[in-house]
Amino acid sequence: MLDPNAKILVVDDFSTMRRIVRNALKSLNYNNVEEAEDGASALQKLRAEHFDLIVCDWNMPGMTGIELLRAVRSDAALKATPFLMVTAEAKRENIVEAIQAGVSNYIVKPFTPTTFGEKLHAIFGDTKAA
Amino acid sequence: MQQTATPQSDAARAQFPAMRADFINPFITSTVRVIATMASIQPQPGRPRIKPDLRTYADVTGIIGLLGEGVEGTMAISFAEACILRVVSNMLGEEITDLNNEIEDAVGELTNMISGAARAELETKGYSFRMAIPSVITRRGHSIAVITRFPIVQIPFETDYGPFYVEACLHQIPK
Repeated sequence: MLDPNAKILVVDDFSTMRRIVRNALKSLNYNNVEEAEDGASALQKLRAEHFDLIVCDWNMPGMTGIELLRAVRSDAALKATPFLMVTAEAKRENIVEAIQAGVSNYIVKPFTPTTFGEKLHAIFGDTKAA
Repeated sequence: MQQTATPQSDAARAQFPAMRADFINPFITSTVRVIATMASIQPQPGRPRIKPDLRTYADVTGIIGLLGEGVEGTMAISFAEACILRVVSNMLGEEITDLNNEIEDAVGELTNMISGAARAELETKGYSFRMAIPSVITRRGHSIAVITRFPIVQIPFETDYGPFYVEACLHQIPK
């Protein structure tokens, strides 16, 4: 189970989706949330401070979500950080690519807060996992 | 939104084939699913039609390109102010009362989600698309010129907060 004080980084180029994810996390009692607008700024934050979970969009200008995932998994200090991909990309090849790159779980938009919680619990081995 | 002159006349565009019926349904189902899931509003789709002219009236429009292997086109979603204010207020869980940057950002995300869901459904029919970034126009009574040789399919949706429209133009690329 993820600690309620866990520090979570939400990465999305749309502020709307960052707020929706933040609201979903808040409904699960996770309030220690920071945001980044793209992969590059997220990587800077990740290298500057510790995060317990990354929640990231795929399709962003500049460094995409899959590029951030690969950068995280190839960085010795970051590679163990759980990484939840939240994306509108539902193509099978995208999901396979993310799994091969080491994603912890994958949510296809649109999603409900319930689905979000189930995916999160699945990452951390909660018995309520979907 | 007022769509005005295009480089080709309506008569010229009518010479090109209409969008295939199996290309249209994914846009209907994905729109209903995205709005219902993210905003808890159940839109009622109307009958798709070929746009009789190039005029559509709305206050916010999201547009995204659809480029894939053997197919190409665009999708746009246009809202009247009252409708999009309710949709975004429900999405964010707080009242939004103006056509501000939050509305613009949310329409971009809605465009992204609807096109993504439609592309996923089209992929099951054997079509594959590349990712794209949406654009949003926010201004009461704005005007857009759609540059296409092909007829545009307009799908009206009714909600308790007013109508909105999805317009799609998707066709196969000649080999």
